[in-house]
Amino acid sequence: MKHLTALQQQGRRSTSYRSSAPSPLDATVDGAIKSPATIFWLIVHGLCCLISLLLGFRFSRLLFFLLLSTSPSSSPTTTVYTALQTTLPSSSAAKPPPDSNISGGAAAGSRVVVGRHGILIRPWPHPDPAEVMKAHGIIERVQAEQRSQYGVKNHRTVIAVTPTYVRTFQTLHLTGVMHSLMNVPYDLIWIVVEAGPTTNETASLISKSGLKTIHIGFDAKIPLLWDDRHKLESRMRFHALREIREKRLDGIVVFADDSNMHSLELFDEIQNVKWVGAFSIGIIAQYSGDSEEGEYTIVQREDNSEKKPSRLPIQGPVCNSSNHFVGWHAFDKAAFVERSARYVGDRAVVLPREVEWAGFVLNSRLVWEEEMDKPVWAKEWEEVAREVEEVESPLALLKDGSVVEPLGGCGRKVLLWWLRVEARADSKFPPRWIIDPPLEITVPAKRTPWPDAPPELPSSSEKVVTIPEITERRPTKNGSKRKRSSRSKKKQRAKVIDEHVSTQNSRDN
Amino acid sequence: MRNRRWVISVLLYFAFCSTIEAFKFHKTQQTERISGSAGDVLEDDPFGRLKVFVYELPSKYNKKILQKDPRCLNHMFAAEIFMHRFLMSSPVRTLNPEEADWFYTPVYTTCDLTPNGLPLPFKSPRIMRSAIQLISSNWPYWNRTEGADHFFIVPHDFGACFHYLEEKAIERGILRLLQRATLVQTFGQRYHVCLKGGSIIIPPYAPPQKMQSHLIPPTTPRSIFVYFRGLFYDVGNDPEGGYYARGARASVWENFKDNPLFDISTEHPTTYYEDMQRAIFCLCPLGWAPWSPRLVEAVVFGCIPVIIADDIVLPFADAIPWEDIGVFVAEKDVPKLDTILTSIPIEEILRKQRLLANPSMKQAMLFPQPSQPWDAFHQILNGLARKLPHGNGVFLRAGEKILNWTAGPVGDLKPW
Repeated sequence: MKHLTALQQQGRRSTSYRSSAPSPLDATVDGAIKSPATIFWLIVHGLCCLISLLLGFRFSRLLFFLLLSTSPSSSPTTTVYTALQTTLPSSSAAKPPPDSNISGGAAAGSRVVVGRHGILIRPWPHPDPAEVMKAHGIIERVQAEQRSQYGVKNHRTVIAVTPTYVRTFQTLHLTGVMHSLMNVPYDLIWIVVEAGPTTNETASLISKSGLKTIHIGFDAKIPLLWDDRHKLESRMRFHALREIREKRLDGIVVFADDSNMHSLELFDEIQNVKWVGAFSIGIIAQYSGDSEEGEYTIVQREDNSEKKPSRLPIQGPVCNSSNHFVGWHAFDKAAFVERSARYVGDRAVVLPREVEWAGFVLNSRLVWEEEMDKPVWAKEWEEVAREVEEVESPLALLKDGSVVEPLGGCGRKVLLWWLRVEARADSKFPPRWIIDPPLEITVPAKRTPWPDAPPELPSSSEKVVTIPEITERRPTKNGSKRKRSSRSKKKQRAKVIDEHVSTQNSRDN
Repeated sequence: MRNRRWVISVLLYFAFCSTIEAFKFHKTQQTERISGSAGDVLEDDPFGRLKVFVYELPSKYNKKILQKDPRCLNHMFAAEIFMHRFLMSSPVRTLNPEEADWFYTPVYTTCDLTPNGLPLPFKSPRIMRSAIQLISSNWPYWNRTEGADHFFIVPHDFGACFHYLEEKAIERGILRLLQRATLVQTFGQRYHVCLKGGSIIIPPYAPPQKMQSHLIPPTTPRSIFVYFRGLFYDVGNDPEGGYYARGARASVWENFKDNPLFDISTEHPTTYYEDMQRAIFCLCPLGWAPWSPRLVEAVVFGCIPVIIADDIVLPFADAIPWEDIGVFVAEKDVPKLDTILTSIPIEEILRKQRLLANPSMKQAMLFPQPSQPWDAFHQILNGLARKLPHGNGVFLRAGEKILNWTAGPVGDLKPW
């Protein structure tokens, strides 16, 4: 409740003066006869005012506090501030404020008293870690209750399929996916398909997640060209579907590629799928300082054409105004094709294919054998398995592409971001990123750990034309770098050697 | 034949009733029925249980006052205006005063606003007095009971004490002329001069449409533990602290300002309503007066109210079991607030949230226009209906006079 300030402060000032000095002052305020006592009190008041002016705070208040603090104070937890902020103890025991005396109508037994009270502060006014932990427990429980009341009922297991292989960036990518999957509030089975035999490296990485994992190997080596790699990944995912079929795993299949970014909303949204669902994925293919940022125009027409390229970096389903699925939105690669990457580790942008697996979710029962409820438009497994080379997306499992359910606000919400970033295929990295044995003195830069020439590529006439440009550029760049680096290294070599020696010593100790 | 037809119709009727019951049960699966000390009375229907006669006062007591300052329709004291409008068009209104159980005097005493929008109570006693003089001279109903079957809506800070400063309000006491009438007010504090026995406490007015327009989906997880926005120190009126809110708000600030669980500050964010819906506990400490619209907002947004005001009486306390719904913290226990809140068992917290989710609970705190079933208007009528039938002392014997028309401060006796 706010009050008028000016009028109010006058009124308040008069009452507070009254409460700080004993009652004979009332006589002065009412303008009664000036007796010696009143003159005496006037003089005392004047003195107190002068002292307060000098000191800068209300001196009389402190005086009365000290005088009256001998009487027992009712609240043991009152604290006294510095001199600038003295507060009176709860005014019940020491001296009841004159106002309640005057009022007379104050009801007997009133436990709450008008007047100035102390500001109670505990001795250590900081958070207590035990309380904070308890509060977090309460918050979690409340949120779980909210989810059970308003969220998805009857949630199904999520089966995440991730093709991977051991390379420099595997730890980077797999850790990202792993943390996303660890935060999914539903039951999860993680199927990791590894190209080449299963390795301990991958196994140790995914075992850190604490999730239920199925680690299967796939007998092939990841090729160097992106096109071939995409095809192999499709076969690896199909192999995972075969595993689901054999084990009769029940749930919703999500294709969580290891370098993609998943929003947690995705896992809530896919619970709504019945058989096959599709959602919008964002394509991150616009990096390295290209122009045309933020100039996307929406070119979506509501006819039944299969693929409508537009400049939005999105791949996903498109609905008409009555929220029926009408077609697909594909990413227009025309602007990028000349500059796209061709082999793994190339410094250019990696483009997705027309339709990516990541944008689909399946009900796992679609691939079970002898499933009674399978809809008519689902192809038979053997039929699809025969043409496994042609399988480019889960759409190959369907006879009719129009039964796909659009998710995420009918494709309006982007729930996943597609990205492919890899280091050079022959780049070296310490196994499991553990440095063992400890670092020693480094070799001067003249001898880089990897060769200067780019890796051997399967040749074709076109490609030969483009490669020499790149190879020519590279040696000069490396050369200049080398010179620069060797120069700087020479200067710092002594320092570097000393540092390494000292660290080695410390480690030995 | 006739018997069979009768049996079938009875069976059909019961089947119909049971389906309605089943529907109601499904609705209350996530909520709990609210029953206070007067029983399960939140969903009572007042129509048919009482009759109210509305006096026709000259417009200088109501319409002209409102015309002078239309801001009165939006501030937290607007209940008096909306109650008048509700009664004018309600089925409980009767035009025949002989059959009325209650008499209502439409006088807007809280509509004299400063430029800032705060009501000045200095003329209110005179306005009230003048209105009572008018009704006692023009109608015989005041004199036969000396106001015991009349009710008045006095939503100001300290009710019918008509002052914003607590000491002055206690000094004045309740207007003498109203000592037999029933007061409908927002102020409620036990053992206080300004709370008359038998008063009906109502929530302050909060704009229902504005709150409805800020609702967020209920799946949004509640991640704030304690939430509060407002003043801790009133530097303009209480520069030294300890006077405003009896030092309780200052104590909250000093103890919990760096506690990550407590989202408290003096800012005025535009997402205030949305933030309340993301919080588990909302603090409702006293200010200059113990009541505040925060309670209404907390109930509407499903945030458990933490009430820090000693001896406060909350709205419709006989219909709503506030002890089960909110958390009461004594002012001296404020330094231990975090311990108190984290030691509430989780089942209690979930139960309180279920009670708050009950739509009749939210409706009872609101004054929607047009009126909806079981809103605050109906709860006021229910409260009045629970006081019926009038007791023996209501109707005075011939010649008996209780009220002293010249009692009270001299300034009040001036005509308005």
